[in-house]
Amino acid sequence: MNFVIPDFYPAAAELFVAAMSFAILLIGTFVRDSRNIVYYLTQFTLVGAAAVTIMTMDGQVNFTFSNMYVDDLMGDFLKLMVYFSVAIVLVYSRGYMQDRKIESTEYYMLAIYATLGMMVMISANHFLTIYLGLELLSLSLYAMVALQRDSARATEAAMKYFVLGALASGLLLYGISMIYGATGTLEISGVAQAIYHQAANRTILMFGLVFVVAGLAFKLGVVPFHMWIPDVYHGAPAAVTLFIASAPKLAAFAMSMRLLVNGLFELADQWQSMLMFLAVLSIVLGNLAAIAQSNIKRMLGYSGISHMGFMLLGLMSGVVGGDRHFALNAYSSSMFYIVSYVLMSLASFGVILLLSRAGFEAETLEDFKGLNKRSSWFAGVMAMVMFSMAGIPFFIGFFAKFSVLQAVVAAGYIWIAILAVVMSLIGAFYYLRVVKVMFFDEPVDSTPLVASADMRVLLSMNGVAIAVLGLMPQTLMSLCAYSLLGSL
Amino acid sequence: MTGIPFLSLAIWVPIVGGLLALATGSDRNASAARFVALFFALAGLAVSIPLYTGFDVTTSAMQFVESYAWIPRFNIYYALGVDGISVLFVLLNSFITLIVVIAGWEVIQVKVAQYMAGFLIMSGLINGIFSALDGVLFYVFFEASLIPLFIIIGVWGGPNRVYAAIKFFLYTLAGSLLMLIALLYLFMESGGSFNILDWHQLKLGMDAQTLIFWAFLASFAVKIPMFPVHTWLPDAHVEAPTGGSIVLAAIGLKLGAYGFLRFSLPITPDASQAFAPMIITLSLIAVIYIGFVALVQTDMKKLVAYSSISHMGFVTLGFFIFNPLGMEGALVQMISHGFVSGAMFACIGVLYDRMHSRQIADYGGVVNVMPKFAALFMLFSMANSGLPATSGFVGEFMVALGAVQFNFWVGFAAATTLIVGAAYTLWMYKRVVFGAITNHHVSELTDINNREFVFLAILAICVLVMGIYPFPVTEVMHASVNDLLKHVAASKL
Repeated sequence: MNFVIPDFYPAAAELFVAAMSFAILLIGTFVRDSRNIVYYLTQFTLVGAAAVTIMTMDGQVNFTFSNMYVDDLMGDFLKLMVYFSVAIVLVYSRGYMQDRKIESTEYYMLAIYATLGMMVMISANHFLTIYLGLELLSLSLYAMVALQRDSARATEAAMKYFVLGALASGLLLYGISMIYGATGTLEISGVAQAIYHQAANRTILMFGLVFVVAGLAFKLGVVPFHMWIPDVYHGAPAAVTLFIASAPKLAAFAMSMRLLVNGLFELADQWQSMLMFLAVLSIVLGNLAAIAQSNIKRMLGYSGISHMGFMLLGLMSGVVGGDRHFALNAYSSSMFYIVSYVLMSLASFGVILLLSRAGFEAETLEDFKGLNKRSSWFAGVMAMVMFSMAGIPFFIGFFAKFSVLQAVVAAGYIWIAILAVVMSLIGAFYYLRVVKVMFFDEPVDSTPLVASADMRVLLSMNGVAIAVLGLMPQTLMSLCAYSLLGSL
Repeated sequence: MTGIPFLSLAIWVPIVGGLLALATGSDRNASAARFVALFFALAGLAVSIPLYTGFDVTTSAMQFVESYAWIPRFNIYYALGVDGISVLFVLLNSFITLIVVIAGWEVIQVKVAQYMAGFLIMSGLINGIFSALDGVLFYVFFEASLIPLFIIIGVWGGPNRVYAAIKFFLYTLAGSLLMLIALLYLFMESGGSFNILDWHQLKLGMDAQTLIFWAFLASFAVKIPMFPVHTWLPDAHVEAPTGGSIVLAAIGLKLGAYGFLRFSLPITPDASQAFAPMIITLSLIAVIYIGFVALVQTDMKKLVAYSSISHMGFVTLGFFIFNPLGMEGALVQMISHGFVSGAMFACIGVLYDRMHSRQIADYGGVVNVMPKFAALFMLFSMANSGLPATSGFVGEFMVALGAVQFNFWVGFAAATTLIVGAAYTLWMYKRVVFGAITNHHVSELTDINNREFVFLAILAICVLVMGIYPFPVTEVMHASVNDLLKHVAASKL
């Protein structure tokens, strides 16, 4: 047996982040009062990773580590979005964490490891690599939720998240083992080949597929595997909720693409009907349950469930009766949806963090009362985000819904499209309620907003981006389509 | 075809003006916001006027066309153009915006910048609705125009404003979301085009036409509003500030009717023919039943709101009897209603600013203290009840005539509006204005000031000119209406 040195080039960004994480860990341990240094080093790591990703991007599909790892345009694009959103999360959350005295080296380390986990998930070409990335991400997130040790609510949320997350990982692994049993391989392209040549036992394969989809559904947080979302969103410190509600969604999308589209595409008819079920339930339940929430974090949690349902609508419209030429359109609309959602999610939780201060959590609708009188600008930003989430033009959320619905109608599921728009009408109600309390009600709390300049600037740009991308969505849309082209 | 993109200017000048007005910030700079708004409202009107003066009345083709690829991924174009139908509404809208800015001049004292910005931005968006030639562009403007009005009702409205604002928003959104599905379906059927003019030529089966017709109906019927989906309108009108009511009545209601002409009739002609009896019935119910509902209102704004529904019933009736007289009459009625209902709400606003009451019972004998106002209010009331020589008469008469051509009894039923309309309007006028002064609040009223006189007088001139010499309006629409009727008559099956 001879040892072959693998090609590290396709995984250069991951290696860079891993190396930096060790360096930061050492600095955090040995340098006294290192939080500033660690913060800036973390941001540097994200920027550096982006630079490495861009430099190593060549438009080809490159495999490495014995085909366990793949570097393609979809991966590069999603990774860049991940760096971007993690960097924004860190800017938004810094003041919040400082106010609660939980800003520590560990927080930044966990963020970096979570990022690394997402990168591995995005670039995995092997069921076990996916699992590895997923666990790295999940374990970091469990710990982040529990960072606020003295808060019973946060600890409880972390426990719930951990137990349910472990269950989901178990489901996923079980499904993976079935697929391995049926096809004799764990390499994603190998699995696809085996199914294509009819070499796999259909029954076992179906069993495996069901468990894999269940595991995915848990990670995406779609009904009926959504139970953790409201509690974790509510219980975690708002900064961590922001983290959970943004970048990991991109990674979960990538995981769905790798597992379902790259690996199990031959079974599209089967998993599409499962996704349809999940999507419809999520859109219905997410929107209905969100109406009843008075806690804005829970409300955004349920609204996130319905958004994930919308994203699945795109994934389930790729193949119509064996005809695959809708696939690119459908999957790129999903990808556009998820990217738009992350942008909106960042801004919405960003405003929550902006309103929170030492000893005060802005998390009920009450806390948003009369925001227009306190700060017209940030009330405007929040209103834009809410209208965008409700799918009102000229904001990016409209075009996200538009492109997904277009895919659904093209696939012939008109009734599902109608159900989706009826549910988004219901959704509009609770988004409008936020606008209503901000603009129509008198403030109950007139404390001036305090936030660092970088957060104010970024949050403003975040809000403006939602409007500008709504006016000119073409670039982002074609980026999504273009980056998927090579991976289908 | 001139080089200056007047349509784009008509859309973006007010929007930019609105953003600049917003930028003036807090109420310390209120007068800056007012003058910015006035300037851009005038500018918006100024760039709309060449659309009329440069309009070629001999053709039904789209004019002042602009077309740029907007979202090539879905073949969506930023495509603008006006024909003889839409050009009038662009003008009306730009004109009403100016009136609204003047009407809100010193009445609005809180968050002036946001108020003015709301109206300017809405004005630009509405010009976009009337000039869009791309389905998605139309939809985007159509939906986006809800946001400013929602904010306007919710922030500057009356005591029950939150309920009214949310009801208004959700009601309208419900309809338009179904339209979105219809647009996507048409996109598929036409092989990937969102061009409205392409859709006019598209062959469609009866089942497809029926579904699309109903999807469009859901959207436009709510917006008009037609009986029985009209219940949001009285709430919205009552709670909205005066400016909001003026825009809603003068322009907002026309959007749905315009949608019928641009989408329903030419895209689904067979379904339109098939469902015409239903629409005619609903229109007659709106004309007669809602007319009687207006008669018993005790709140002036509600009364005028119901009268608007009744008048819009006349408009839909005119569309669906499919003859030139009916359709041109309906269009004249729409323009006239824009002036008259706007003026009625402006008059009620004038009273409300002084008395803070809209109840008819709180007034009486206003003529004794406000003679100038009473004279103008009289003219508008006459126009609202369709007196000859006012604009209200022309449209109603043409539609009634067209309806008689279509079917005598339909015409007969429609013509009763001339009686009921006169009854509720004049009875309200009598109770508010005439008689002895009933209470000391009325006796302390002051007559209208110069600002109020100016905008009411401008509206009065419009009402009279259109009533005496409607030719400049009908001349413009003639070719387009005939072309539209040709589309409706040609089966697509």
